[in-house]
Amino acid sequence: MGPVANVEAMAATEKELRLRDSQVAQRKDAAAASGRPGDPANAIECRGVTKRYDSSKAGLSGTTFAIRRGEFVFLVGPTGSGKSTLMRLLIKELEPDEGQILVAGRDLGELSHKQLPFYRRNLGVVFQDFKLLPDRTVYENVAYALQVTGSSRADIREKVPDILRLTGLATKLHHYPDQLSGGEQQRVSIARAFVNAPPLLLADEPTGNLDPETSIGIMQLLYRINRTGTTVLVATHDSAMVDRMRRRVLELADGVVVRDELDGQYAPTDMTTAEFGALLREPSTEPQRVAKKREPGDDFDEAFRD
Amino acid sequence: MRLGFFTREAFTSISRNAVPSFAALASVLVTLLVLGVFIPIVQATTGAANDVRGQVIVNVYMKSDATAADAQRVRTQLTALDGVKSVQYVSKGTAYAQERRKNPDAYDLLGSNPLPDTLRVTPKNPDNALALVSAIAPQTPGGGRTTIDPLIDSVGSSKDNTDKILTATRVVKLTTGLLAALLIVASILLISNTIRLSVFSRRREIQVMKLVGATDGFIRWPFVLEAVILGALGALLAILLLGVMKVALVDPLVNDFALLSAPTTIGFGVLVAILLAAGIGVSALGSAISMRRFLQV
Repeated sequence: MGPVANVEAMAATEKELRLRDSQVAQRKDAAAASGRPGDPANAIECRGVTKRYDSSKAGLSGTTFAIRRGEFVFLVGPTGSGKSTLMRLLIKELEPDEGQILVAGRDLGELSHKQLPFYRRNLGVVFQDFKLLPDRTVYENVAYALQVTGSSRADIREKVPDILRLTGLATKLHHYPDQLSGGEQQRVSIARAFVNAPPLLLADEPTGNLDPETSIGIMQLLYRINRTGTTVLVATHDSAMVDRMRRRVLELADGVVVRDELDGQYAPTDMTTAEFGALLREPSTEPQRVAKKREPGDDFDEAFRD
Repeated sequence: MRLGFFTREAFTSISRNAVPSFAALASVLVTLLVLGVFIPIVQATTGAANDVRGQVIVNVYMKSDATAADAQRVRTQLTALDGVKSVQYVSKGTAYAQERRKNPDAYDLLGSNPLPDTLRVTPKNPDNALALVSAIAPQTPGGGRTTIDPLIDSVGSSKDNTDKILTATRVVKLTTGLLAALLIVASILLISNTIRLSVFSRRREIQVMKLVGATDGFIRWPFVLEAVILGALGALLAILLLGVMKVALVDPLVNDFALLSAPTTIGFGVLVAILLAAGIGVSALGSAISMRRFLQV
């Protein structure tokens, strides 16, 4: 080994080393898991998922993790770490270059273009830019998600006002999206995402455009949805929110999971002695799970049916 | 119930996107109007050209000592030739009577009948008229001409005139055909591009629909129905205007000018059907095709 290599090795920061370690570990996990049938108790399971873009680094490289049903998980990481890529892979807007993504134990790669809409009906998706239909009222926007599934008019008339009351929009039924504040628009988009009572809700930077006070309301709403048994995955930059809510945190860096804590904070912190003591005394935290009401995989099996 | 829903969606989306909808309707209207005027014109022109070409005949003149029976014999011979559509026998007497009617004074002066018996040969295809002349009167190696029957005096088809007629009519037919083809291509491009634009301006909407879990058909049908409605409306307006033009301008002229009535042009009913089908078909297809890209996600 020459002197140059030595200098380089020394320059490798601890963070980089940690990253390299977890990359290796995740590759191993993925290799062991590939081909194994999916566990239906896992809402989401990623096995060595890799997605590269031509121009930039942004993407995923061998990401491996699993999220149990009923969990509330924050996905954090700097810009370009692959959060949005992961979200887009989960709604199957993109295809992974390598690896498997399993939702409710079923491989997304097996979904045909025809089955895709039926899969998406089991997902609630919430975006930073709301993605509402601009030419439709609040009521019509939410109703569209039901019309798509072929719900009857009576059904729509019953469910839509209900969900809008739940999200605090009962007075804004006939407003158009551009007449609403950002927080209200996000509530509409959450109402639309949840009106079909999906088993999995994905939120990509749901509070990215909102002020802290409004963000709390949105997070409350997501938490309430999680309490009904829906698995919720929230990609976010909102460190204050993550620190306060103390749910499971998955941290991505350069497309790899570098941290997975059940009781996490936005940034890894050295524990104070008191916290360390408390941790030793308490029984280890389990991710919150809700008692199963239905057989696992019910809703998703529907989507995979021919 | 589905169809009802889609139709309602289509109508509301037309009213929501009034400007692009109007643009699509207007482009259908204008192109179909031009097409509707042009189709009969092309037909009249080609009809007239074909009429002229139909007049290309080969005259076979009998020798003056040939009898009517001889002429009949030659006639059967000619009819048997390849590329002959019909052979008409015009006797000396008939020819004299015909020509005299055209020019009584000159024929009165002549006193006797100088005209020979004539067989008028109509070729199946006017383009083959000159080949037919060679078949009836083959060229000899010496440069002269023999005939297939000794009693044939000469074969008359002035090469120059036949050539001119054939070339001129061919150019006319080709030009109008080319113009018609260009116009049809232009119409299709214009209509489908306008539809593409209106679909493109709503690609975000389509994307959101896909994310909510709408099937391709569920998204596509309101769009296609919308295009059908706009195409049909545009076509109907164009047909209405064409109808007014026909009644107000063309019909009075027909009585005064032979050209307008002589060649058979397309019936107004057929024209209406073609324009309606084209307006609806091109719009619907244009919208379905331009949507495909946005439905891939």
